[in-house]
Amino acid sequence: MTNRHTATYWIGFSVILALLVVAPLVLPEFWRRFLTEILIWGLLAMSSDILIGYAGMISFGHSAFFGLGMYGAAAALLMVRPPNLWLAIVYGLIGAGGVALFVAYFSTRLRDIYFAITTLIFSQIFYVIIFTWTEVTGGENGLTFSRPALAIPGLFSVPFTSATLHWFVLAVVAASYLLLRRITQSPFGMVLQSIRENEPRTRAIGYPVERYKMVAVMLSGLFAGLAGVLYAIQNRFAAPDFVYFLVSGEAVIFNVMGGMGTLVGPIAGAGFFLLLRELFSRFFTEYYLIPVGVIFIAMVIFMPQGLLGFARRWLNQ
Amino acid sequence: MDAVLQFLEAIPYDQILIQTVNGIVTGMILALVASGLTLIFGIMDVVNFAHGELFMLGAYVGVVVMAATGNFWVALILSTLTVALLGAALQLTTLRPLIGRDPLTTILATFGVSLVLQNYALWQFGPVARKIQEPFTGYFSLFYLDYPWYRLVIAGLSAAIIGGFWLFLKHGTYGIWIRATTQDRVMAQAMGIPVPWVHTFVFAIGAGMAAASGVLFGPLVGVNHAMGLDWVLKAFIVVVVGGMGNLGGSIAASIFISLLEAYASIWVSPAQAVIVSFVVLVLTLLFRPTGLFVPTPK
Repeated sequence: MTNRHTATYWIGFSVILALLVVAPLVLPEFWRRFLTEILIWGLLAMSSDILIGYAGMISFGHSAFFGLGMYGAAAALLMVRPPNLWLAIVYGLIGAGGVALFVAYFSTRLRDIYFAITTLIFSQIFYVIIFTWTEVTGGENGLTFSRPALAIPGLFSVPFTSATLHWFVLAVVAASYLLLRRITQSPFGMVLQSIRENEPRTRAIGYPVERYKMVAVMLSGLFAGLAGVLYAIQNRFAAPDFVYFLVSGEAVIFNVMGGMGTLVGPIAGAGFFLLLRELFSRFFTEYYLIPVGVIFIAMVIFMPQGLLGFARRWLNQ
Repeated sequence: MDAVLQFLEAIPYDQILIQTVNGIVTGMILALVASGLTLIFGIMDVVNFAHGELFMLGAYVGVVVMAATGNFWVALILSTLTVALLGAALQLTTLRPLIGRDPLTTILATFGVSLVLQNYALWQFGPVARKIQEPFTGYFSLFYLDYPWYRLVIAGLSAAIIGGFWLFLKHGTYGIWIRATTQDRVMAQAMGIPVPWVHTFVFAIGAGMAAASGVLFGPLVGVNHAMGLDWVLKAFIVVVVGGMGNLGGSIAASIFISLLEAYASIWVSPAQAVIVSFVVLVLTLLFRPTGLFVPTPK
């Protein structure tokens, strides 16, 4: 039984991965870019799923991690000549990790609604700092930079095309997925889920709940920062809008739409949201959030499991 | 000694006094917004993310009624009633089905509502800020400034609305129902109080209060579709600092936070002054997570 389940799971994973690998070869430019973007937002949503779906903490502060990842990448790409892809990732992770440490230290002392509100306020603190510190961050205009080359030192160095960028993002997202899946299935992940189910009992058994939560927030922040770096590389800019809490809200929407606690669900949710946005932008232009918001509310009420929620147990086995 | 004297002389007393008045005026408006929010939280465990949007819609309805009738007070009353009705409708359609589920789902639902309302306002009224004409334009002199009477009137009116509401909670039959439901939902139901309707009613009152503050505040700044976000953030801070679900605490916290922000903006830009209230929130949560203005829980 378990063997069959494992086999089906990995076959399904490989098929989807293969489809995503082939996709840029057959899709037109617009949809190629669109798919890459879904993967990046999916990574952000997946990172917040660690908190929402597994540890039961709704974070409205993921925009801070995402944005600091962007600005970290911008710092590496603007200050170091020639621009280096790997250095951008390292800087981005340092930026996001630093913020995550700060947020984790303070906000994990609180639960439920208080956690959501504090993370929201923290992301706004970073937003205000970035928005007003014009000399360093470029203020409202943000920073623009050129895209680094895809390079492995000593081996090769080629400029990114939209297809290679897609494959690079796909590789990062797939690796992150496998890593996060492994983490959620590890004893650490089990403790997180037990915190979600019953925090006092977890504490009573003897687990240092606060420490687990802090590690969870930091882990989540690092992956959100990674998504920020990828987004910065794809779009060649960093802007304060991406630190604003509406981005965190979108990450939460992706989770709810796709199915919390499944890891792949949030990616599907991001895809669903972006498709809806694309569809409704045709009719409602920039007011697409009106119908999308209504669909979101309806899903919260009638379909709290999300699109992939029905497969939750199966995916986590 | 000299240093102390120099320091004392360097304090801009006139500015501090002006900012004290400003802080109290914004504080009273904020208290009006936050008391609705804290009431809604206290009675049904709903963190209403859409509260800022109700404030914003209230201001817009005020703009529309002002344009039609030209009377500020009619606009104030009509806008309060309209948004209260809208609030009741929202509660019936989106929050009532969520009763009994995890309180966190209400954050999600109201966040969706806030997105819809905000974009609706952008669609209906466009991105250009509108202005509500002040009902009267008298000034009195405060140092080198001509300080508008209207600002003081707003503070007074907000205080009157909150005071009236407090009396209603204390002595009105329905007010007693509300307090009973806050204390013990199940017991209140057993006593024959129609708890679901109390929820709807409270949400409507909260929405109406937000709308009233929107109209009152409209003449001071422009009315635009994004104004709700700033206010809901501030109201969250106030509600947490004052102690969730505690009416008196959130009023005290509103004035406290607004005063701090007003003083801070003597030295830094108003955009950066917001950080002061963020810091107050963080410190509160660290050292006194139940709120600053509540008695220590035993």
